Amino acid sequence: MKPAPFDYVAPTSVEEACAILAEAHGGATVLAGGQTLMPLLNLRMSQPFILVDISHIAELKGIMRIDGGARIGPMTRQCEVIESSALQQHLPVLVEAVRHVGHHQTRNLGTIGGSIALGEPAAELPAAAVALKATIEVRSIRGTRNIPAAEFYLGPYMTVLEEDELVTGIRFPDWSLNHIALFRELAQRPGDFALAGMVGAMSIESGKITRAGLAWFGMGPTPMRASAAEQKLLGCSLNDIDPQAIAEIAITDTAPFDDPQASADYRLTVGTRLFANTLRDAISIREAA
Amino acid sequence: MSTHNIEMTINGRRHTGAVEARVSLADFLRDGAGYTGVHLGCEHGVCGACTVIVDGRAVRSCLMLAVQADSSTITTVEGLAAPDGTLHTVQQTMMDEHGLQCGFCTPGIVMTMAALTAGGKKPTEAQLLGALSGHLCRCTGYQGIRRAAQRLTATDSREIRGGEE
Repeated sequence: MKPAPFDYVAPTSVEEACAILAEAHGGATVLAGGQTLMPLLNLRMSQPFILVDISHIAELKGIMRIDGGARIGPMTRQCEVIESSALQQHLPVLVEAVRHVGHHQTRNLGTIGGSIALGEPAAELPAAAVALKATIEVRSIRGTRNIPAAEFYLGPYMTVLEEDELVTGIRFPDWSLNHIALFRELAQRPGDFALAGMVGAMSIESGKITRAGLAWFGMGPTPMRASAAEQKLLGCSLNDIDPQAIAEIAITDTAPFDDPQASADYRLTVGTRLFANTLRDAISIREAA
Repeated sequence: MSTHNIEMTINGRRHTGAVEARVSLADFLRDGAGYTGVHLGCEHGVCGACTVIVDGRAVRSCLMLAVQADSSTITTVEGLAAPDGTLHTVQQTMMDEHGLQCGFCTPGIVMTMAALTAGGKKPTEAQLLGALSGHLCRCTGYQGIRRAAQRLTATDSREIRGGEE
């Protein structure tokens, strides 16, 4: 239960980190918070030649208000998102999602960028990025790319990130201040990976839904965007929405699989119910307000 | 395989050492600095026994490299009781409520509760119990630990020592 030997470097700038990644030709692994990487190292499921610790790069940390949204540095700890009053105010659904990532102790070291870049299909953050239409900024010695989160994930732990690229920022656009936040997951115990979960937001203007972002986690090989349900919701007023019907549309955008915790059939049944209940509860809370 | 000179303050004392990059903080605390109150259960972040306080926050020391903790301030369970042996409030409360039996998981649980109550902070019951979900205990059935946690949120007169403040 000890890692295989590796070299460790702690660059202090993005340029330096990108140069190391380029030179290593795939032999380097980026260490952000380490809360998934360290178990993989300890179990020797991952044996990199070089570990590139990006925690000494100041520009990768912190939450900034930018025009029309928030920019979160990838080295921002998950606990810092939970404590951020700006995010609590502007993007409470993201804060709620992060509250469900791992445990208190792992959120104290675990980072936003680490979870986004890892691409665990049952994780909350990649799905939140997809649902909330985040853009992932990545850099390498070849230049900068801005990738919509919906195009970032290819499969379990597989992303469009090249071996020399580093995630340098995640931009979350603002949703209207009166947006409806949606989040729910089913897990066997707190801190376990979700068996099924959904996250999303709906903006409302003059009583009609003008924008919707919805995604599933634990329901396929990547975070699964519920595009058909998003389309269906546009232009609806809240009391027109049939949560069960929307959930049945949303479930068509999933591809769950069997694993030791649950069967695909179970996930489809529970996922539909969880989606409908989340939507129904959010609407009734809004109508009561 | 790189080697790194590190320096950290553990329980108020400065420690230095040269460590291989792959050495975990937990192994450095135990083998390098002699703080064997840091218990290693699973070594992959599941059990919570190795929890220590790093710069004011409870973290799993098996999921952090020693070299990552360079220049930080660390408290282990050895750093909680007063020099005369008077127990830290969390330790005393765990004892009073029979929150331990074999004691293997106890240092981790105590460190999580100590971090959340440091400087007299009063976490809510939901916060404390939520944080305790990151710990496994095979003896107690958790009820004693739960009672101790509830007392730490409810009591307001005891002074909480320790932590980083």
